[in-house]
Amino acid sequence: MTTVPLLKVNDVSKFYGSRIGCKNVSFDLWPGEVLAIVGESGSGKTTLLSCLSTRLMPTSGKVEYHMRDGHYRDLARMGEAERRFLMRTDWGFVHQNPADGLRMTVSAGANVGERLMAVGDRHYGQIRATATDWLRRVEIEEDRIDDQPRAFSGGMRQRLQIARNLVTSPRLVFMDEPTGGLDVSVQARLLDLVRSLVHDLGLSAIIVTHDLAVARLLSHRMMVMKDGLVIEQGLTDRVLDDPREPYTQLLVSSILQV
Amino acid sequence: MHLRDGIRLPVVAGVSFSVKSGECVVLGGPSGVGKSSILKMLYGNYAVDEGQILIDHAGKLVDLAHADPRAVLEVRRDTLGYVSQFLRVVPRVSAVDVVADPLLARGVSQTEARERASELLAKLNLPHELWQLPPATFSGGEQQRVNIARGFITDHAILLLDEPTASLDAKNRAVVVEMIAEKKKAGTALLGIFHDEEVRDAVADRIIDVSAFSPRKAAA
Repeated sequence: MTTVPLLKVNDVSKFYGSRIGCKNVSFDLWPGEVLAIVGESGSGKTTLLSCLSTRLMPTSGKVEYHMRDGHYRDLARMGEAERRFLMRTDWGFVHQNPADGLRMTVSAGANVGERLMAVGDRHYGQIRATATDWLRRVEIEEDRIDDQPRAFSGGMRQRLQIARNLVTSPRLVFMDEPTGGLDVSVQARLLDLVRSLVHDLGLSAIIVTHDLAVARLLSHRMMVMKDGLVIEQGLTDRVLDDPREPYTQLLVSSILQV
Repeated sequence: MHLRDGIRLPVVAGVSFSVKSGECVVLGGPSGVGKSSILKMLYGNYAVDEGQILIDHAGKLVDLAHADPRAVLEVRRDTLGYVSQFLRVVPRVSAVDVVADPLLARGVSQTEARERASELLAKLNLPHELWQLPPATFSGGEQQRVNIARGFITDHAILLLDEPTASLDAKNRAVVVEMIAEKKKAGTALLGIFHDEEVRDAVADRIIDVSAFSPRKAAA
């Protein structure tokens, strides 16, 4: 078992002009660990996710990633081409809106196969076989492989997006509200899927969500954000069962019981 | 204990005790005195404001009160088991897989884990036709048996039991008493809460009265 963090985040801040996006965030993410970032809209969780995943450049602070070659690289100092390669191979990014993560006008199979080609796969039959296998894993019927995601339901699109991201066996997956906008039965299916995939593949994941039930189900550890600051963090069970900060207490006590 | 609006409720203070391997210690005292809170602090669900919780994990002492989340999860996986009062159900996961899960987390093969899970469910008399169903719609007693099977499937050195027999009938209570006796014989340290006197008398080596640690009681 590896005993070094996969991602090291040190004092990351992002300002939009004088407004705070997120401020002074530090943490380590370990291999196989799932971290949930929770908080209400505007609390800075998506800004933080963007800074970690190099979609935004932090105003200050450092994010380091443990590359497959065993060295840490400062993400801000990476070249654009190298960063893009990392994002297409060793990382995944699951967007809240599948249309942002998929190519809507190419087939489902091509959406999955495209990432394989990015890692150098060239054998068409092989790519198609792997794509079919991944569609099956995310519970999409094989006969839909040539359909475009435009013809898919919201839940199916989201599952396709997950397949597209996981096909290259990434070590780190970022998810931005992966279950947002799905109805509950579809959500349950997706959660179960994500949970078992994360477990089976031993991935690390950072999941932004405002849904505490999603955080409870998927994450080991959790950070609560408010006004750009991480106000509380710890073991997911502990934060939810014994919240220390008034704001976390408010969040937890606002959950509707079924 | 922290509930709402930053109000602090003192629950227990100055709790000190130890549990040896092969021993079953029962926390006693009236409802609301803090028995479950103690178990939850030991398991890491509740934070500890002061003091230490020392546990023998993989040959060294770990202080759970100050361990980071990763260490707590590792201790939970390998050393410290917990049977809660209520089952936390995961959508779409079958009873047998809920039970097998802790073994899978330790790298046991799925076939073997499912086999062991089935044995335990059979022992606890859970109807066979329920095994492949997710436990969300099960009765309280059925869910509790799934929960017990999940807690007992591993060979954790320490097992915390929060009223594992509360909604069980006499026959199944007897099964659980027998399972606890087996664990003791295997050298497991058990710490539990049992309101049922018959069960408590059958399993307890020692009873700790928690009201002694309750500041509210002391103030009254």
